[in-house]
Order: sequence, then structure tokens, then C-alpha cells
Amino acid sequence: MNITVCIKQVPGTSEVEVDEKTGVLKREGVDSKMNPFDLFAIESALKIKEKNHAAINVLSMGPPQTAEIIREAFMMGADNGFLLSDRRFAGSDVLATAYTLSQGIRKIGDCELIICGKQTTDGDTAQVGPEIAEFLNIPHVTNVKKIIEAGEKDITLEVDLPHRVETVRVKYPCLITVEKDIFQPRLPSFRLKLATEDKEVTVYSLDDFEDKDKDNYGLSGSPTQVRRIFPPASNDTHELWEGSSADLSGRLCECLREMKFTEGVR
Amino acid sequence: MPEIRINQEKAQDHAGLIKLCPFNAIESSGSELRINAACKMCRICVKKEPEIFEFIESSQSGADKNLWRGIAVYIDHIDGDIHPVSFELIGKARELAAKIKQPVNCLMIGSGIKEQAREALEYGADNVFVYDREELEHFKIEPYTTVLEDFITRTKPAAVLVGGTVFGRSLAPRAAARFRTGLTADCTVLDIQENTDLDQIRPAFGGNIMAHINTPKHRPQFATVRYKIFSAPEKSKEYEGNLVECDIDPSRLRSDIEVLGIHKKEKETGIEEAKVIVVAGRAIKKEEDMAMIHQLAETLGAQVAGTRSLIETGWLDPKCQIGLSGRTVKPDLIITCGVSGAIQFVAGMNNSAFIVAVNTDKKAPIFKHAHIGIVGDIYEVLPELDRKIREAAK
Repeated sequence: MNITVCIKQVPGTSEVEVDEKTGVLKREGVDSKMNPFDLFAIESALKIKEKNHAAINVLSMGPPQTAEIIREAFMMGADNGFLLSDRRFAGSDVLATAYTLSQGIRKIGDCELIICGKQTTDGDTAQVGPEIAEFLNIPHVTNVKKIIEAGEKDITLEVDLPHRVETVRVKYPCLITVEKDIFQPRLPSFRLKLATEDKEVTVYSLDDFEDKDKDNYGLSGSPTQVRRIFPPASNDTHELWEGSSADLSGRLCECLREMKFTEGVR
Repeated sequence: MPEIRINQEKAQDHAGLIKLCPFNAIESSGSELRINAACKMCRICVKKEPEIFEFIESSQSGADKNLWRGIAVYIDHIDGDIHPVSFELIGKARELAAKIKQPVNCLMIGSGIKEQAREALEYGADNVFVYDREELEHFKIEPYTTVLEDFITRTKPAAVLVGGTVFGRSLAPRAAARFRTGLTADCTVLDIQENTDLDQIRPAFGGNIMAHINTPKHRPQFATVRYKIFSAPEKSKEYEGNLVECDIDPSRLRSDIEVLGIHKKEKETGIEEAKVIVVAGRAIKKEEDMAMIHQLAETLGAQVAGTRSLIETGWLDPKCQIGLSGRTVKPDLIITCGVSGAIQFVAGMNNSAFIVAVNTDKKAPIFKHAHIGIVGDIYEVLPELDRKIREAAK
């Protein structure tokens, strides 16, 4: 059995700010890390591997330094690493990203199960997984909270829905996106770090894909276009109060009373 | 293919120019400056150095926008119980549709849901298309996508609005990919131009930034919106919309997903329903200190919620997380306690009617969003506030 886990490199912090005067992002000290939600996807694959000796591929897309997170996945126990890197992929939106990843998965070949994290911390869209499944023409299940059994022909899962939990069985090949906390992700191991130091990360570019039409990738393949980016608007009226705690709490109490938020208090 | 072209002759200060890009997408080969795969085409470099960086538009032609008319809304439900985000979207769809003088068409998919579908008409939808079949009892992705595809082919909407629910976030991207069109997730503002281009605004790139996004050449335009971002219109029996019953060949509804069982979870009162919320942030030092938050919440009849960093400590249930990776709330009053105000958090609460923020750091971003910002230590202000409110009530 082959499992492919899709992972992404994201900024190490969410505190990126826009300089109000120049409109430029302030990025000093912003480093990169693996999207934390992807750790749960990798761990899910490793748990399945412990039972049925699956081979785990990790797949990512991005500039060459993205290989760092693939190495991290090696240190957790992933078997093979693939990076889709090409400047023609630049400017990809959800559709182009999903399409590129689906082409990468086709290139890797035989794969029964694809696992994605719930979402990324930088885009937060949670939409790439379902789009990959559509491009591969396979079923997908999101919000998986438990893997009951990964069988030979299908996988049985628990799905977290509002007010209920559904147990479903899905035939391979399929794609699932797993919830945070499905398993506790293991830490990278030093032993595996040494053992995988020389392991190759296979890099594919557009020329390696089945579909070589560059208009399907990057900005050309992206129906959505960012017209502008700007700092979030603040509320029109806002006051800043300073003073002693006694003074501040008194003023706030009075304000909440005036606004009738304290009427139910006994 | 659109691209950013660099005038190498003028691009002498490589180190300086590389710094222009927030995504590290400009790199130097020594002799030349290049754009690498990290480029998000944000065009900040073009804006800052128009002499050096040039954006080259592509000449691709797009969809004929006259053929795609109306705003579609997906009615999200479980067993006919409609998720209120659907009504909020009908309200927004009516606003957009009025601007372009086109109809609002809703879609409801399920089994035994015809009567419930009428409820959408009471919010002012022009038509509700209902696909009611036994095969559609459970939300399974392949048949539901096929039905949505059938509806879109039939009605050709300019835009499709879908709630950012568990089902919506699974269905919308799948259908968008099928039509090879754009999808903008978690929009916080939606507007429409005369040519039916949807103006979509959402927090982006994981930073403290908003992005204004268009889908200029493709139709339909997909957008998802979370619960409580917009307001539902007044319900009325006076509206005269139509219920359109649709059928579909059941052979198209097969699925490789089999539902083996369903068990109900205990009913939770979500923070989305709360009128007053007290939010605990990173400034809470240890688990015992949560008592002070719970105490104030109890006094005010409020629910307690947390930021992502607080939820990660395990001191609150993840269902109480506010923000993009948690829930969106719109209470009458929200008091944030020791919350700095990262955009992911703010996006989940800045539609609240009245925002009070308590934080020791005068420069905390939360103060830009708060109606009342209190520069103070939560460990002193909150207990005193609680005592004063209770005393005043006597």
C-alpha cells in the first residue's frame, strides 16, 4: 500500500504586519516551518504504516528550500519525498495549487490513500484537499477524527460533523483530510535524521508532468487574482483608556451598566 | 502567461531589491535578478519600483459573462434542519442581485426536504431548486457534487455562495475544481461590479493583511462565507418565490463512500450562539487563573472562549476557539482578556457589536479593533470589575 501525504511550508509566525505608510509587509525575523496541521497527516500515515507496512510519500510544492520540511518528514519516518518546484508554478491560487499537486501525485504513480492536514495556518482555506480529489477523480472525506481500520481495499473512518459523528467506509483510492488531534504527532528522531541525511528528495518541474501546458499552472492557471492587499480596517470609534486598575474597572463597570449588559446580574 | 519582468540594467542594488518582496521570491544569481517559485504575484515590487519591475498581463480570453446570470446560494442543512448561515447568504445574495438586477436562486439537496426548502423562500429567494431523492439522504461528496454541477449547468449563475460549514468547505472546492473556476474561501466582505465580477475580501497570506480578490475571467465565481459574517434578512411569508422540483438520473448518484453508522453527540451550546463572550488570551499564565475568566463570564451570563494559543495549552475545549482556525462569533458584547489580536483571531470576532479589550501592551493590535481598549493588567482589572459589577447589582 502507498500513502501520499501533502505538506506545506508556512511562515513561522502569524504576526506579519503591513507598514501603513509604504504598504510593504514587514518580514524581519519571519522564518518558515511545516504547517502544524500537516504533522497530524504525517502521523496518521505513520500509524497506518505500523499496522500494514505501507510506504509513505510526502509531497510538497514550493521553492527549493521547501525540501527542509520534507527532510523533517523523513525524520518522522516518511519513506520518500517529492518536491514540485518550478518558477512557472508561481502565483498559484487554490485551483492551480491543487492541479499542480494532482499532477505530482499522478507522476509519483500508484497510491491508494492521500492524506492532507485540515488546513494551513497561512491560507486557512482548507480547500486544496477536496480540489486535488476532484482532479484525480477519487472520493474524499474531510474532518476525519479517527481511523478505525485501514483495510486492503477500503478504509473505515469516523467523521466529525456538527452534532454527530458518522462512521464511513471509503474505497481506495481516496483522499482524506484529518482533524487536529487525530493522533499526537511524534517528534523528529535523531536516529532517523542521521539515517536519512543522504536520502534524495525527488524534484519535479512542469516538464515532468503529464500535462505540460503552462497555462494550467501558476498565475495563468489561477482563476482568482489578488487585486490588492491592505491592512485590516479598524473600527471607526475606539477609545484607549489608561490609568489605575481601580479607575479602569470602575469606568468599564459604569459603561457596561449604561449599555445594559449587567441587567441579569444578581 | 502573465509574469513579472525585470529590467536588469536598472536593477543594480540586488540586496535592496530582494528585500522588497515579502515572500522571498526575488533572488540574485550574481549577475541577474530573478523571480522564483515563491512569487504570489502580489505586485508589491511593481508598486515600489515601477521602473524595474513590470507586470505583463496575459492575453487569455475568458468566459462570456452575459451567459452567466444570477446569484446562487447553497442551502446547507442536516436532515432538513437548515444552517442559519444559508439565510445570511440569501440576504447578501439579494443585495448583490439587486445591484445587477438578476435573480437569487437557491439549491437544496437531500431526502424528504421539500417542505423545509420553502423556508428559504421566506427569506426572499426568487427560486429554490430542490433535488429530493433517497440516494441523497447522506452528504456524500460525489453525488452532491454531481447535483451541484447539474444545478449550475441548468441555471448558469454568475456567482455561487456557500456557507463555510463542514459540508460547504468540502463541496464548494470540489465543484469549483470541476468547473475549473475560482474559489475564494472565508470572504469577510462581498460586493459586485456591473459586469458581475465579484469583489471578495478575505484575510490572506497568514499575516495581518486583507486581500481583495477577483475572478475576472471565469464563471461561476465560488465564494465561501462563514457563519455570522453577514446578517440574515427579516423572515416574511409575503415573498413570492418559487419552489422548483428537479430530478436527476440516479445512475449519476453512485458513491464509493458508505455510511455505516451515525451517533449523536451531546448537544453543545456553541460560542456562536452566545450574546456575551469573555475571551482568554496568551496573558493567562496558568490553568488556575482561568477561574477569574470563568467568574467574570458567570457574572455577565457570558460564555468563555479562547485564542488559538490558549486552546493549545489545553485549558479550554477546542470548540471554544475563536478565529480562522476556530469559530466566528458576533455577540453583542465581547471582552478580550490578554489577547494581542492577531488577524486570524480578529477575523473571527470583529463583527461583534461591542468590543472591549484589556491588555497591558498599549501597542497590541487588538486595540485597533476594540471600541474600548483598556491598557491594564487583567490580573487586577478583571477581579475588580467582577466585584464592582456584582456590588452595583445589589
